[in-house]
Amino acid sequence: MQRIGVFVCHCGSNIAATVDVKKVVEVIGMEPGVVYAEDYQYMCSEAGQEKIAAAIKEKNLTGVVVCSCSPRMHETTFRKCAEKAGINPYMVEIANIREQCSWIHKDMEEATKKAVILARAAVAKVNLNTPLQPGESRVTKRALVIGGGIAGIQTALDIADAGYEVDIVEKTPSIGGRMSQLDKTFPTLDCSACILTPKMVDAAAHDKIKIYSYSEVENVSGFVGDFTVDIRKKARYVDMDKCTGCGACQEKCPSKKTPSEFNRGLNTRSAIYTPFAQAIPNVPVIDPNACIKLKTGKCGVCSKVCQAGAIDYEQKDEIITEKYGAIVVATGFDIIKLDNYDEYAYSQSKDVVTSLELERIMNAAGPTKGHLERLSDGKAPKNIVFIQCVGSRCSDNRGKSYCSKICCMYTAKHAMLIRDKYPDTNVTVFYIDVRTPGKNFDEFYRRAVEEYHVNYIKGQVGKVAPQPDGTLMVHGVDLIDGKQIKMEADMVVLAAAIEPDPTVRKLATMLTASIDTNNFLTEAHAKLRPVESPTAGVFLSGVSQGPKDIPETVSQAGAAAVKVVGLLAKDKLLTNPCTAQSDELLCNGCSTCANVCPYGAISYEDKLINDHGIRETRRVAQVNTALCHGCGACTVACPSGAMDLQGFSNRQIIAEVDAICR
Amino acid sequence: MPINNEEFRPKIVAFCCNWCSYAGADLAGSSRLAYPADVKIIRVPCSCRVNPMFILRAFEKGADGVIMCGCHPGDCHYSTGNYYARRRMTLLFSMLDYIGVEQGRTRVEWVSAAEGVKFSTTMNEFVEKIRSLGKNVRLEDLRCRN
Amino acid sequence: MDKSVKQAELIREISGVNPYKCMKCGKCSASCPSYDEMDIKPHQFVSYVINEDIESLVNSKSLWKCLSCFACVERCPRDVKPGKLVDAARQAVVRQRGEDYLLADEIPELIDDETPQQLLVSAFRKYRR
Repeated sequence: MQRIGVFVCHCGSNIAATVDVKKVVEVIGMEPGVVYAEDYQYMCSEAGQEKIAAAIKEKNLTGVVVCSCSPRMHETTFRKCAEKAGINPYMVEIANIREQCSWIHKDMEEATKKAVILARAAVAKVNLNTPLQPGESRVTKRALVIGGGIAGIQTALDIADAGYEVDIVEKTPSIGGRMSQLDKTFPTLDCSACILTPKMVDAAAHDKIKIYSYSEVENVSGFVGDFTVDIRKKARYVDMDKCTGCGACQEKCPSKKTPSEFNRGLNTRSAIYTPFAQAIPNVPVIDPNACIKLKTGKCGVCSKVCQAGAIDYEQKDEIITEKYGAIVVATGFDIIKLDNYDEYAYSQSKDVVTSLELERIMNAAGPTKGHLERLSDGKAPKNIVFIQCVGSRCSDNRGKSYCSKICCMYTAKHAMLIRDKYPDTNVTVFYIDVRTPGKNFDEFYRRAVEEYHVNYIKGQVGKVAPQPDGTLMVHGVDLIDGKQIKMEADMVVLAAAIEPDPTVRKLATMLTASIDTNNFLTEAHAKLRPVESPTAGVFLSGVSQGPKDIPETVSQAGAAAVKVVGLLAKDKLLTNPCTAQSDELLCNGCSTCANVCPYGAISYEDKLINDHGIRETRRVAQVNTALCHGCGACTVACPSGAMDLQGFSNRQIIAEVDAICR
Repeated sequence: MPINNEEFRPKIVAFCCNWCSYAGADLAGSSRLAYPADVKIIRVPCSCRVNPMFILRAFEKGADGVIMCGCHPGDCHYSTGNYYARRRMTLLFSMLDYIGVEQGRTRVEWVSAAEGVKFSTTMNEFVEKIRSLGKNVRLEDLRCRN
Repeated sequence: MDKSVKQAELIREISGVNPYKCMKCGKCSASCPSYDEMDIKPHQFVSYVINEDIESLVNSKSLWKCLSCFACVERCPRDVKPGKLVDAARQAVVRQRGEDYLLADEIPELIDDETPQQLLVSAFRKYRR
């Protein structure tokens, strides 16, 4: 029989306001196996933990039940505490009476009753707990960063500077990401390329960093400390070792009609191309869908002009398999498609552009060489209207429910830059709210109004109507003046919502990292573990986790890097001891368990078995505990009941069921 | 809602996988999204750990409804566990229906760690359904009754 | 229960709209072709329902100036759809008169210079159930 102590936490008033903790202590004290019960303000505090430790020693406890918050919060805390006090950490169970009781119920009597039942179930389980010993697994001292934008570059640089090998996988031909498309950055108006390019060069030159550009992650297996990743290096049709980056091929290429991805389709590029001049690596790729030679077999101009002989039309995709100890997801974002927002005439007029397109228009290396002009007729716009929250903060299934966070600031930036460079231009911003939390952010926005006289109007625009004369009629409202507004504009800029890059969906499945309804990756804890995925060994960096601006992305990238370094610095990891175990006497060697095991952790062995005096050689299942993750699929599949899961055994779960239904 | 002692209070067991649904339930809690106290959650590592035996046991011991929650298809922490669980439960539930435990008393729902709202609405719906079905007497082992 | 509270509830029920979802962006008012004719503007309708001031709504000119063009219903980013509230308020008025439909005979007395014909046609279509 176990000697169990039950510790009921008040959690300040979080639990105690709805659950009568004294009553729980009183009732649970009478349960079989319980020899001690007490309550305390904050069990997780040092004083609370000392109480548990003292009780373990004084009352000779063999098991502990803590009635407190979710085990996902403090299970480890209490297990460590028990271990220090001298009992096996796996003799501790948590009854979740906060998230699953006090916080969702209002009636005290009802909540107290439920808390007692939950505590009873935990006691019933601990009665059957056995001490467990974790195993050890090795750590591959190399990290993978998926995505080569500012988030990925910064994470990789920080990990590499700590002395560990890092690989960056980037799906486009160059690292740089969205930041490389920007013109200026808020709130200091630095030129984006001037601060990004040095980092790109650092990453490329770092002896610990390897960049797989134009590559995608194809498959991920393994677990924390020991991931095996297949990377598809897409055929570039250019030999990276031979190419000198002279650019002659791009000049001479006859196929020049493909919309440039980098310039958001505002101009075209050749079939053989580098996305932008500062691309890293500075090696072009051939777009097989545009290349005449690859499509028809006739052309080969690039090969003729290439003095280095780097063009190789026969190149094939290559699969590289590497081992990693940790993986960082930094896949970034794109802006939403505006098909659902026809009222803003994005598809009808060339002069209705997204903010990212405006970045390209204002960029000196962009399609208009940095001149602000209408894309329809090349004329300088006199009246520019910015529309905020296009697709953000929508709960109508057309857009996204969240605030995209960066739009208020970049719109203030655009407005200010335009007023500065073209003082004759009238700039109007239609906003719902101006959200500028951040260091020097509100001051920045106020400067746009006070110094640059940007006209901010509260009220969402209802419609943009292209006129026969080429202007755009903006139908808006000024909610503060209480007037409807019809305003003629030469150019309309839409602050379209941002969304996670679509590749993240597939990647999350490969990594078994969880994802929310908006396809943002979920963090292990919203407040306390914001850069870790619930899946051990997977870390989050940048907008793939949620909307954020560049300063925030860089700080998060650094935080993710520290977590990775903390993991890679360990020589061994303790593995989860809750693994499957086979009872050799019951096993009939049917292989059903091995068929359902996703990790190949079960093998078979011919073994001499002594079954109640009958000695015979039988084929029996063996679980490799280093490979077993403890999902329990085999325990249910086993027809003879030979498989059981330690820590979640059949008897334990049945005891919980019984306690709940009692 | 005032508690009426005369009112039928069902016993409902919810099996939640540790990675998605249990976290979803926690999120429902931290977002203060109420659902009836009749639901008691048992944490399992994965929905595929739920042995049909546990569900039969629950009904035997007087449970009025059993719900199992797991990760969405494709999102299982152990890659494929929820597929096994789904197949097992489909078979079990149709068998239970055959012997008189109505389909409404059993349910499988996929709830991710981010779906606190879904967890809460699912539980509210399920409890409502069980209340409308009334007490389950078909499988209860009277020897187990207190 | 207070009469105005009851009425507000009725309007919420008829319209199926949750006015608390409104984020006061004003897209409805920006889209409204009858904005200048209205005393209570489309976006204000929502706060009137929240504040349970149905009396003012029912007596407002706006109720009969809404063209039922549904631009606001189409474009509302929050699924609040003020047009439906206007519709519901009109329905409530009709119900108050004891009949849940509009008779063809009543149309001539409703016609004046101010009321758009489209409104009457759509009201006729909607309330003849």
